Amino acid sequence: MDFEWDAETQRFREEVRRFLDLHLTPELEDQLYEEGLTHDEGFAAALGERNWIAGEWAREGFEALDGEAMQVLEEEFARTEAPYYAVSTSMMVAKVIRAVGSEWLNSEIVPKVVTGEVAIALGMSEPEAGSDVAAVQTRAREVEGGWVIDGQKMFTTNANICEFVFLLARTDPDSVRHRGLTTFLVPVASDGFEAQAVVTVSGERTNITYYSDLVLEDRWRISEVGAGWQSLMMALQDEHSAPFCAHLGRALDAAEQWGADPGPDGTAPIERADVRQRLVKVATDLEVARLLERRTSWMETVGEVPVAEGPMSKLFSTEAIVRGSEELTALVGPDALRSRSDPSAVHGGRIEHLLRFSLGTTIYAGTSEVQRNIIAQRRCGLPR
Amino acid sequence: MDFALSDEQHELVSSFASLLGKASSPEQVRAAEPGGFDADLWRTLVETGVVTMGVAEQRGGWGASLLDLTLVAELVGRSAAPAPVVETQVAARLLAAVGSPVALDALGPVLAGEQLISLAVRPVHAAVAKLAPAGAVCDALVVLDGDALRLVPVSEANRTTVANLASAPLADVRLENGPVLVEGPVAARLFDAAIDEWLTLTAAAVVGTGLIALDLACAYAVERKAFGAPIGSFQAISHPLADDATNLDGARLLAQEAAWELDRAGDRGRELAAMAFAFASATAERTTYDALHTHGGYGFMLEYDVQLHWRRARGWPRVWGDTDAAHRRAADARYGGSRRGTAG
Repeated sequence: MDFEWDAETQRFREEVRRFLDLHLTPELEDQLYEEGLTHDEGFAAALGERNWIAGEWAREGFEALDGEAMQVLEEEFARTEAPYYAVSTSMMVAKVIRAVGSEWLNSEIVPKVVTGEVAIALGMSEPEAGSDVAAVQTRAREVEGGWVIDGQKMFTTNANICEFVFLLARTDPDSVRHRGLTTFLVPVASDGFEAQAVVTVSGERTNITYYSDLVLEDRWRISEVGAGWQSLMMALQDEHSAPFCAHLGRALDAAEQWGADPGPDGTAPIERADVRQRLVKVATDLEVARLLERRTSWMETVGEVPVAEGPMSKLFSTEAIVRGSEELTALVGPDALRSRSDPSAVHGGRIEHLLRFSLGTTIYAGTSEVQRNIIAQRRCGLPR
Repeated sequence: MDFALSDEQHELVSSFASLLGKASSPEQVRAAEPGGFDADLWRTLVETGVVTMGVAEQRGGWGASLLDLTLVAELVGRSAAPAPVVETQVAARLLAAVGSPVALDALGPVLAGEQLISLAVRPVHAAVAKLAPAGAVCDALVVLDGDALRLVPVSEANRTTVANLASAPLADVRLENGPVLVEGPVAARLFDAAIDEWLTLTAAAVVGTGLIALDLACAYAVERKAFGAPIGSFQAISHPLADDATNLDGARLLAQEAAWELDRAGDRGRELAAMAFAFASATAERTTYDALHTHGGYGFMLEYDVQLHWRRARGWPRVWGDTDAAHRRAADARYGGSRRGTAG
């Protein structure tokens, strides 16, 4: 066993940090926070220039990044809250297209995802289909040369600024559950498409998207007709291994800096036994979260499928963010209530923001309850 | 970054798993209660080299890493082995680390399997080492007495065996005159380093305790039906067990990381060892509670094995201290500052 990154990966982390210092300016950070955005075209283009969107794919002039480098890249993006969410959803879809999509989609769409010219939002959840995504009702009716789509999707984050939505729709009206579903790529410029803003507790904007008699040529179909579920599972596989724990690391850094600054009585809070103990509890959770996440990504690197390990790292990290942000808020005391955007905020209001942000992490990309179901079945051998 | 065990480590695991499967079955564990010591098992383990393996080669051992020892400790916990593996390994490594003529004289008979030497994990007060691990069965005890590490001979004359929650071979040991191994600041430093190892290995042991309890609970939850369905299909049962499985994986990785860091004398060894102990003991407590509860009323019966592990999850770590004490130790290592003893 070896718990350290090799020298090359550590050098790569420094390179990523230099990139972020240059491209993730305080002005951009503020703008993203105020507008609730998790995507920026200029930032995405800069990533694309270095092949850091599709890092794991080699491209002319660029060698493929190995699993460790990819993990480091995503850790740094998460730690700095870089606007890469739409970039990552786009890549999920690009991988599905590469696996099951037509030659035309592969030549038309994938290269533009790789360079950051095109971004794709995920259209899966519906008002009546969240964790139970197989209950989708959005319909795609086959017509001459294509499809007519009707329905609505919830939490289509970034649909307002992306070029496309990856859409899961029911193509067989008589089908139930996982059968009879098909995946499509819907240009948001289509007639009959509408995105309505939904603002969340963290400040991030997401959307409800509406599809009304939306006509789509068949070339925008991704999966075989009726094989949408399998292609969706492919896309979701990746979602479990996102490096959530970096968010907790950043908040802990802020709390430790707060602890080291002398308080009104002249002594640093970190001198107090209760403060040290509470900080260390969060630091311990962070250590465990990081190990579970790195194990997941290591398994992928060596070609193992982290069937239960992926859900374990997602579950533990995000629950640790919730626990940790509650703990750190209580620790810092009333001053932790000062909002991120308020000039008087403690260490930029990181802790206040994390408290709100943490709520979402245990819900999107599969709720904690869904993760526990998977772990109970796949690791503990318990029946459905 | 590499999470794979080496071929040698896989062999180590399979040989100890097979040995303990045969010689430390639940029946044998029960037969050894309440004393918590099975002399036949101990002889077999010593002959296999369980103590010798952890000592450096230049001191006559096999030079196993602390990471290797965590793998053995986890199996010891899994089988609730009535054998003082962790404390004797740490004591032997401490004697080797002291390296003085007196210490090496004491180490000889340990490696030959003639003497059982343990470690009092808390400093001595009023000339008594309280709840000394393996105090009930050892021939001598390494203790930190003031600023000296001493080797105290132990016999029926100066030990009072203590019946205890975990059915562990604990005793309150009254200090007799024994040779000083080393004194001064170096004594405290070596003792602290030994405690880092003991915390790490105990963390690994109670991960094993949690894992066996989880296995028992899952097997029972598949078999037992209520309201017409296996109880494992109810989320009220399955979700706590899924959390436990997750925490146990994390606890195991953290104990292994701590051992790896101590092996390479890294800066974070003390911090990670204390974190591993805190996280693993809290996880083992929670898991054994959930596992016992999954069994309903049967879990409360002595006849069912799950209680064996519920008691050890609490008793083994707490001879040193609780999770708060471990957090304080980790904080001192992480943030520097007040060094106020090492015990809970």
